[in-house]
Amino acid sequence: MGKLNAKPCMSEDINVKKLLTMGTALAGLAFSVAGAMAADIKPAVLYDLGGRFDKSFNEAAYTGAEKFKEDNGVEYRDFEIQNDSQREQALRNFAKRGMSPIVAIGFSQANAVEKVAKEFPDLQFAIVDMVVDLPNVRSILFKEQEGSYVVGMLAAMASETGKVGFVGGMDIPLISKFACGYKQGVKSVNADAEIFENMTGTTGAAWNDPVKGGELAKSQFDRGADVVYHAAGGTGIGVLQAAADAGKLGIGVDSNQNALHPGSVLTSMLKRVDIAVYQAFEDAQNDTWSSGFEVLGLKEGGVDWALDDHNAELVNDEMKAAVELASQKIISGEIEVHDYMSDQSCPF
Amino acid sequence: MNSGQLPRWADYGLIPFLNLAAAFLVSGLVVVLIGENPLEAVKILVWGSLGYGEGIGFTLFYATNFIFTGLAVAVAFHAGLFNIGGEGQAYIGGLGVAFACLALDQYVPWYVTLPFAILGSAMMGAAWALIPGWLQATRGSHVVITTIMFNFIASSLMVYLLNNILKKPGSMQSETRTFEEGGRLPFLNDIFPSFGFGYAPVNLSLFVALGACVLVWLLIWRTKLGFEIRSFGANATAAVYAGISPVKTIVVTMLISGGLAGMMAINEIMGSQHRLLIDFVTGYGFVGIAVALMGRAHPVGIVLAAVLFGMLYQGGAELSFEMPSITRDMIIVIQGLVILFAGALEHMFRPTIVRLFTPSRALKAKEA
Repeated sequence: MGKLNAKPCMSEDINVKKLLTMGTALAGLAFSVAGAMAADIKPAVLYDLGGRFDKSFNEAAYTGAEKFKEDNGVEYRDFEIQNDSQREQALRNFAKRGMSPIVAIGFSQANAVEKVAKEFPDLQFAIVDMVVDLPNVRSILFKEQEGSYVVGMLAAMASETGKVGFVGGMDIPLISKFACGYKQGVKSVNADAEIFENMTGTTGAAWNDPVKGGELAKSQFDRGADVVYHAAGGTGIGVLQAAADAGKLGIGVDSNQNALHPGSVLTSMLKRVDIAVYQAFEDAQNDTWSSGFEVLGLKEGGVDWALDDHNAELVNDEMKAAVELASQKIISGEIEVHDYMSDQSCPF
Repeated sequence: MNSGQLPRWADYGLIPFLNLAAAFLVSGLVVVLIGENPLEAVKILVWGSLGYGEGIGFTLFYATNFIFTGLAVAVAFHAGLFNIGGEGQAYIGGLGVAFACLALDQYVPWYVTLPFAILGSAMMGAAWALIPGWLQATRGSHVVITTIMFNFIASSLMVYLLNNILKKPGSMQSETRTFEEGGRLPFLNDIFPSFGFGYAPVNLSLFVALGACVLVWLLIWRTKLGFEIRSFGANATAAVYAGISPVKTIVVTMLISGGLAGMMAINEIMGSQHRLLIDFVTGYGFVGIAVALMGRAHPVGIVLAAVLFGMLYQGGAELSFEMPSITRDMIIVIQGLVILFAGALEHMFRPTIVRLFTPSRALKAKEA
């Protein structure tokens, strides 16, 4: 991945809530300053083909932008593209209006961001899930393998049959990255565990096929699995439904999906695109913008697992302790989670 | 109630205009329902697509795609075949363009690459239509079913190739490397700077598309093969009785149709993206059906319909950019209404118009 450009505030905490409390405490002092600066930024978000309300990745970006708007009263613009030619066009439309920062969601935007960012060197750009090496672009990447490792451990500990499943969306390296981390996590708890892995399809439709997702999950249950993790966008809704119907456990992804079927969703692997977007907006507003790589893993709070009222009974103290210990080891580097994309293969 | 009862200008001008007007009226109601000003929306749509150089450039860029896919559907129409596999044929056509560009781009200028790209895309697109055509001709498997199935096969094949074979190393994106100069068609903005097309990706393939229109016209109305195609489409039984081979006609028509659809990839791949990438067709193949319907399967009509849909695409994007409450889904609703009124409800106004025209014509006939 190359060397990281550590940001000063990164090393501490990017927990939004904390920042907010801090903000409230300093409200009186900061109000006039923030108010004046708030008017200065005109942020924008460009979604990928999935669109604003895809219940997953793009929607997380929308959530982050909405939250920023709510907290700071800063209006933002967004756009949903219909085809590949519109990526560049939309970015340029934003840039021409002097909007900055412009956050592009999804690795497919890389070429367009590279082109337009060069044309407008004074504006700030950010791209999620891809690297664009330009002085005014922030490239935000996530260590999905770390979050998947953690939920893999939980899956293995919750499983009674020693067999767990994984349902991916479209068969691309990014999803194999989820799968590989998951497998490593499962094997770390139970080296003999059997893991069934299925991809839903090879086209974009694979992100939005809940019926097929449900069927894949059922077939995995038939083979003895009792916990199944999905990284399949809208398809995963069917996976979680099948798990709830069969009395087994599902694991959600990207957003917190625990509440979809309380008691049947073991946990969710959170990929905090919302934090990335919020932070990009905030850094621009506070004049602390930094370009370069930003890799968000467990350490930075970019990936996480969800624990709330809906799954509190499914995760016992022993599991919690084991996962927390492993998380610390991942953060300290003692456990190295394999990144599928580093060598395009999974040793597990 | 046939078209012979109307003067040509009414048949080809007035009726399409009324259909369009009705479509926009209903679209206007939809816009009012969302709480936006429909007149303002129309203004943005028209200005966004025709009001400035770059907008026109985008409109023409989309129109180029629609001309190719529209011609593809139209040629099949003439033989009574319904080729709805333009999507897959164009996708595979991209492979032909990419092979030509990847092989030649570093060694020769674009005008040497272009003939190979045209040939490659047409051959790949035709190859993708060959099996459905052959199955239709010899086994009676309906092309509507087989061509749409081939769209899925094309999609899976391309994902496999792009992910496993053609992908540039070290990249997560499912795409080939970017072509060098020799694999890029010049943008019209660079050739005609005075038009001010700006960053619009409209390129030389627009002329390839217009050339294809002329060739299709010659083929359908001026050649023996075209006569066979039309005869077969008008009455297959009579055509066979007259000695026209059904197998040959169906297969050859599907090959031409597939080839035209495949050539759409020249515009997208060699003209605009300069790399082969996943899912680049994004529905142009299907819109081609509407374009062919609206254009009455005639090249001139197809060019006009293609420009109209280009306007809807570009103006629509501009509209959802300027009016965030009009989402891209609403744009699709508007496009759907145009297709509904211009295609499916084409004959809705016809009886009334015919009645309006009949008395005056009857009077004239009496005087004469």
